[in-house]
Amino acid sequence: MMLQIFDGLLLLVIVVLAWRSLNDRDVFRAVISFIALGLLIAVAWVRLRAPDVALAEAAVGSGLTGALILSALVRMRRRERAATGTRREAPK
Amino acid sequence: MTSRVMVGVLSLAMCAALGWAVQSLPVRPTGLTGASLAKLPESGVTNPVTAVLLNYRGYDTLLEVGVLLLAIVAVWSLRRGEWPASDLHDRPLLMSLLRVVLPVLVLAAGYLLWIGAFAPGGAFQGGALLGGAIVLVMLGGLARRVLAYDRLLRAGLVLGVIVFAAVCAVTMLLTGGLLQFPAGTGGTWIMVIESAALVSIGLTLGLLYFGGRPNGDRLDSEHRRPAHHA
Amino acid sequence: MVIVSTPSTGDPHTMPDAGYRIYALAGVALFAIGFYSLLVQAHLLRRIMALNVMGSGVFLVYIALGAQTPGPIPDPVPHAMVLTGIVVSVCATGLALALVDRVQAAAGDAEPGEDA
Repeated sequence: MMLQIFDGLLLLVIVVLAWRSLNDRDVFRAVISFIALGLLIAVAWVRLRAPDVALAEAAVGSGLTGALILSALVRMRRRERAATGTRREAPK
Repeated sequence: MTSRVMVGVLSLAMCAALGWAVQSLPVRPTGLTGASLAKLPESGVTNPVTAVLLNYRGYDTLLEVGVLLLAIVAVWSLRRGEWPASDLHDRPLLMSLLRVVLPVLVLAAGYLLWIGAFAPGGAFQGGALLGGAIVLVMLGGLARRVLAYDRLLRAGLVLGVIVFAAVCAVTMLLTGGLLQFPAGTGGTWIMVIESAALVSIGLTLGLLYFGGRPNGDRLDSEHRRPAHHA
Repeated sequence: MVIVSTPSTGDPHTMPDAGYRIYALAGVALFAIGFYSLLVQAHLLRRIMALNVMGSGVFLVYIALGAQTPGPIPDPVPHAMVLTGIVVSVCATGLALALVDRVQAAAGDAEPGEDA
C-alpha cells in the first residue's frame, strides 16, 4: 500500500518535472529540472526491478546529458553575448 | 497561438491512443524471461542482462559500440573543443576533492566491470563512471594535460570496436557462426569484450563532454563567422 | 528499499500486476509531453531535451511492460535494449549539441534558438 502511494507520488513528480523541464521560462532552470528528472527516472528504474538500467541512467542519462546540455547552454550564451555586446537581454 | 492549440490537441489524442494501446496489452505477458534464463548456465555469466547484452544479442552491442565511435568522430569533425577556463591551483578544495574522488571512480568502474557477470553492472555502467571521471578531470582544469596523450586517446576510442570485431572474426573461425562462442568459453570472451568496451565507452563519453577535436588538426574548414549586424 | 533480487530468493516487494501499468502510462505521458514540446518550442536546446524526454518515456513503457513477467526475475531483454538506448541517446545528444553549435556559428549573432 505504502509502496503504491510512493509509486503514484514518484510518477506525479516525474510528469510534472518533465513538463517543467521543457516548458519553463528560464532555460537554465529547465536544464536543472531535466537533470532532476533523470535522477527520479533512475529511482523509477529501481522500483521496476531494473538495477542495471538505473546505474546507467543515473550516470549517463541524467548526469552526463545534463552536463552536456549545461555546457552547451553556457557556450551559447557566451557566444551571443560576445557577438552582440550587452545590448541584447538574456533569452527567455 | 491556434497552431499551438492544434499541436496540443494532437498530442493529447496521441497520448490517449497510446495509453489505450498500453492498457489493452495482456496483463501476464510471456516475454523472453524463460528463454533467457533457460540458456543462462551455458552463456558464461550469471547476470541475465549481461548475457542478453553480450551473448544472445552481442551483435546489437557491437553496433552500439560502433555508434559510440561514430558519434565521437562526427563531433570531432564538426567543431573544436573549448578548453574549460579554470586553473586548479586557485581551487585547493577542488584539487583535494579530485584527489579523493578520481581514484575511487576508476576503482568503482573496474568493480562494476568485474561484477557485471554476476550482479547488476557491466561494461556500460563502468564506462559511464569512467566518463564521469573524465568530465571531473576537465572541470578541474586538467583537460590540457589529459588531451596531450593524443595517440593514446585515439587508440582507446577505437579499442572497443577493434576488439569486438576481432572477437567476431576469431569466433567465426573457431565455430563458424557470427559471435558464436565455443562451448564453455563464453565467460572469457565476454570479459575480453567488456574490458575493451569499458575503456572505449568511458573515453567516448568523457570526450563528448569536451565537445570537439582537441587541437592542432589539419582539418580546418571552419567558416569565418559572418560580421554581426549593426 | 530492495535494490536487487537474487535469482534464488523471491522479491517480497514486487508490485501487483496493476502497479506496473501506471509506470507504462507515465511513460506514455512523458512521450506526449516531449512530443508537444518538440513541436511547440523554438529553442534548440529545449528541443534536444524534448527528444531526450520522449526517449525516457519510451524506455519507461518498455521496462514497465517487461517488469510484468511473473516470477522473481524480470524480463532481461527490455533491460538490455534500454541500456543500449540510453547510451545511443547520449551519443545523439552530444552530436546534436555540436550541430547546434555549428548552427549558431553559421547564423551569425541572431541566435537560432530564439523563442517564436
